[in-house]
Amino acid sequence: MGIGKNIKRVDAWAKVTGQAKYTQDYMDDRMLVAKVVHSTIANGLVTGFDLEEALKVPGVVKIVTCFDVPDIDFCTPGHPWSVEAAHQDIRDRRLLNRRVRYYGDDVAAVIAENEIAANRAVRLIKVHYEEYPPLVDVADAMAEGAPVMHENVPDNILKHTSFALGEMSFDEALKEDGLLYLDKTYDTQRVQHCHIELPVSYAYQDGNGKITVTTSTQIPHIVRRVIGQALGIPWGQVRVIKPYIGGGFGNKQDVLYEPLNAFLCMQVGGRPVRLELTREETFANTRVRHAIRFHMQAAVRPDGTLVARRVQAYSNQGGYASHGHAIVANASNMIKQLYRDEKALESESFTVYTSTVAAGAMRGYGIPQGDFASECLIDDLAGLIGMDPLEFRLKNCMEDGYKDPHNGITFHSYGLKKCIQAGREAIGWDEKRKVYARQTGSKRRGIGMAIFCYKTGVYPISLETASCRMVLNQDGSVQLMMGATEIGQGADTVFTQMASEVLGITEDRIYIVSTQDTDVTPFDTGAYASRQTYVSGKAVRQTAEMLKDKILEYAAWMLKLDQKNLSIRDNMIIDPEGEDLLTMEALATEALYSLERSVHISAESTSHCKENTFASGACFAEVEVDMPLGKVEVLNIVNVHDSGILINPKLAEAQVHGGMSMGLGYGLSEVLMYDEKGKPLNNNLLDYKLPTAMDTPELEVQFVELQDPTGPFGNKALGEPPAIPVAPALRNAVLQATGVAFDELPMEPQRMVAAFKTAGLI
Amino acid sequence: MYDIESFCEATSVEDAIAKLQDQTDAEIISGGSDVLIKIREGKLAGVRLVSIHNIQSLKGVSMEDDGTIVIGPGTSFSHITANTLIQKHLPMLGYAVDQVGGPQIRNIGTIGGNVCNGVTSADSASSLFAYNAVLELKGPEGIRRVPIAEFYTGPGRTVRRHEEILTAIRIGRKDYEGYGGHYIKYGKRNAMEIATLGCACLVKLTSDKKSVEEMRIAYGVAAPTPVRCRKTEEMVCGRIVNEELFEKVGKAVLLEVNPRSSWRASREFRLQLVEELAKRAMSQAVINAGGEIDA
Repeated sequence: MGIGKNIKRVDAWAKVTGQAKYTQDYMDDRMLVAKVVHSTIANGLVTGFDLEEALKVPGVVKIVTCFDVPDIDFCTPGHPWSVEAAHQDIRDRRLLNRRVRYYGDDVAAVIAENEIAANRAVRLIKVHYEEYPPLVDVADAMAEGAPVMHENVPDNILKHTSFALGEMSFDEALKEDGLLYLDKTYDTQRVQHCHIELPVSYAYQDGNGKITVTTSTQIPHIVRRVIGQALGIPWGQVRVIKPYIGGGFGNKQDVLYEPLNAFLCMQVGGRPVRLELTREETFANTRVRHAIRFHMQAAVRPDGTLVARRVQAYSNQGGYASHGHAIVANASNMIKQLYRDEKALESESFTVYTSTVAAGAMRGYGIPQGDFASECLIDDLAGLIGMDPLEFRLKNCMEDGYKDPHNGITFHSYGLKKCIQAGREAIGWDEKRKVYARQTGSKRRGIGMAIFCYKTGVYPISLETASCRMVLNQDGSVQLMMGATEIGQGADTVFTQMASEVLGITEDRIYIVSTQDTDVTPFDTGAYASRQTYVSGKAVRQTAEMLKDKILEYAAWMLKLDQKNLSIRDNMIIDPEGEDLLTMEALATEALYSLERSVHISAESTSHCKENTFASGACFAEVEVDMPLGKVEVLNIVNVHDSGILINPKLAEAQVHGGMSMGLGYGLSEVLMYDEKGKPLNNNLLDYKLPTAMDTPELEVQFVELQDPTGPFGNKALGEPPAIPVAPALRNAVLQATGVAFDELPMEPQRMVAAFKTAGLI
Repeated sequence: MYDIESFCEATSVEDAIAKLQDQTDAEIISGGSDVLIKIREGKLAGVRLVSIHNIQSLKGVSMEDDGTIVIGPGTSFSHITANTLIQKHLPMLGYAVDQVGGPQIRNIGTIGGNVCNGVTSADSASSLFAYNAVLELKGPEGIRRVPIAEFYTGPGRTVRRHEEILTAIRIGRKDYEGYGGHYIKYGKRNAMEIATLGCACLVKLTSDKKSVEEMRIAYGVAAPTPVRCRKTEEMVCGRIVNEELFEKVGKAVLLEVNPRSSWRASREFRLQLVEELAKRAMSQAVINAGGEIDA
């Protein structure tokens, strides 16, 4: 009972037997079907439609175009709404867009009796365009005379920020005699989340005018607000229901097609309308991870002291702002945090609109990109001075008690160096680095590593708030209701364990309500930023303490004893000696049905979190590179995480497995490709090389468990971190194996073969 | 939901031919692993289908008296791999079709569909080329037998006429007996993949196991259709097996292939694979034929 135990997931039985209900399970064939018409140009303006042929298709109910939607620009990211106008998200898209800003932009929608009729109509609609040149890369969009993507952003630069640290400028720092200097560019690619369940929703309007949208989302309360904003209707008129969801990884931390779905339902008198995306649409039309180019300059002293760095980061935003500059700003901050520059750090970040799919949140929120650049640079610098990259890291990485000079986030429970040591031993770093130092032949082995740090939630950059409600049932069991969402990561289970820990009521007697319904569920901003066990966990702790106090107050009244001497253990009210005094069942039955004093015992509270702390960790990888075939086989890989006290170690391990798998794909195979016209080339799971089980090595996981004083149970972030250090660790392992530094992700076979040929290795 | 205009279930090969004669725009469906994808993509939306899925005479593997192995085109990949005749006499083919997609696809996809699609990336194609398979087609005018090397006419195109059904894939005893073979599928991942390149190599050694008596090498995706490298095969005949020979084979095959560049893979990258896979496939084929590599 309680935290630190490997209790079975509370939803395991329902999910394994297929009884757990997802959005699609609530749909039926009587619902109308909506299909979106996507643009077949990347950049331009819709000038008109030919709809006659499409309207003749039997079963077509209505066609809505970009000329029919409200003149309202709205924002989509799953951020807490800012009450200060200056900090509000960027409102730059409409329900359907006349101004086409990427290949596949939503220009019209068909509502039909069934999917076949809808698809037939979509194929028959002719769209007329005025076409502008596509802007696929950041360089295209920043070029002189490039077409303007959004009128209010004439240079296509959505945002530009910079900061500097240290006693002097980077250029001044370089003047020191004897420094070694490096100037490199590291490129990260556009990838997609590839959650199993595709974005799907359905909407209807009831007789009282309320619009109910059931959707696969990480952020139901934010979806409610954005639907209200996008349609120009009161937010309270919208009700959002979130059933079980099949993964999100940040893509569903954006409001995707829910506002359009609500709008289309209102266009047909409130009839239920369902809107399901295909996998191809999910790749081409939802969100992706930002491709970021890092120009890094650095100077190092031969003794291994990192003296100065200068970073310029260019983030490819795509056609719409979504999470925007927050991503690259996060990357640049982490590059700053992870290492100490003795003299100077200069950092400059650009977020640039291009005519490609909008980039948004994805597991790690810019940090996987920043970590790739940071950790490649560190290995390259270590190579420059002939120092072991692990020793170089130990000498220069962030230390115990680190406090960010800008936002004040502090490393309260420091496990970074312990992680490095654990990984060093697990992979056999010292021996293998020597063994692999000099090799010949076409197959070569190497080991590499990368470290990272990650903050827990978004305070103080943004609001952190979470609510919880607990209700005592007649039999002494408890209903637990969270605004925080279960998205497959196991949130429901760990919240149940937390409640059990504080209440003294066993997990089997705590019923968590998994579904969020914004009309009844307490408020929480949702699943993102590795925040829920920390931020929403605080709400569980606080609410459970309130409920326990009420239970014990009632017990004291029933037993005529002093409340101070009572406690709860294993569903029993006990005295200080641990003697059982009263069952929870007897107490609850009395509380509800007492003719003398009937009380419905419940508790609800909001935890406004004003704390933060760093999680950290390291990945160590051993690879064999088959150079003539351009293939990397991962022989051994271990992630070591410093995420505080684990609430459920088995679930934590599973979380790390998933993240490592994502990191393997990021490092070796995944990239969403576009042609020169801005058309996506491989927006399907055949041509987009998500690793399969057959491509996945044994994944080793270790934890360094330290009590974090700010966590509700000593815990801190874990959700996103596992995906962060894998790609740079692989890159550095390939570097040791072959001597070839791959500075562009992914390290896929064709690129590798070309590089090995250039290097004269094959 | 699939946009299918009509669906006819054929009860026999003759029935299927008649139905195809009736419906000149109909498509044949067997396992469905390719046809259903095209329907979903919209390329075949509103299609009329004639199903040969339940025609029992098209399924199974048998051996004729003269040792010819006859593979029913309606046999699924997983049944081919598991078949004892295939395991004993055509192990390279059984292995090759076990590289298709994933287990679910191999349970429904058929070897006949794989061949009749006419795509160069078909995992069965290069092995069938190496085994000198003969395809038996039945149409309104009767039966004709076409060597597989004459079957493909271009990307996605074959000599099969609209109303013809592939009724057998035949491999003669002389084309498999005494050979060791190896197929390498090169994909960017280890499952759920279409070949970037496929290489099938059969080797028959002299009785002392030192030299090549006969060798056949075939590729998928090295040209618009699957190809054999016959000049290389002739060059190898009678040569002593050693690393030097594999190097020569790797260079020789480059003159007989013509891969194209696409966003999936460049010509240059495919040529690198053509050379490297030739060496590796032949080396393993020699071992499978009972030989030793003299390093």
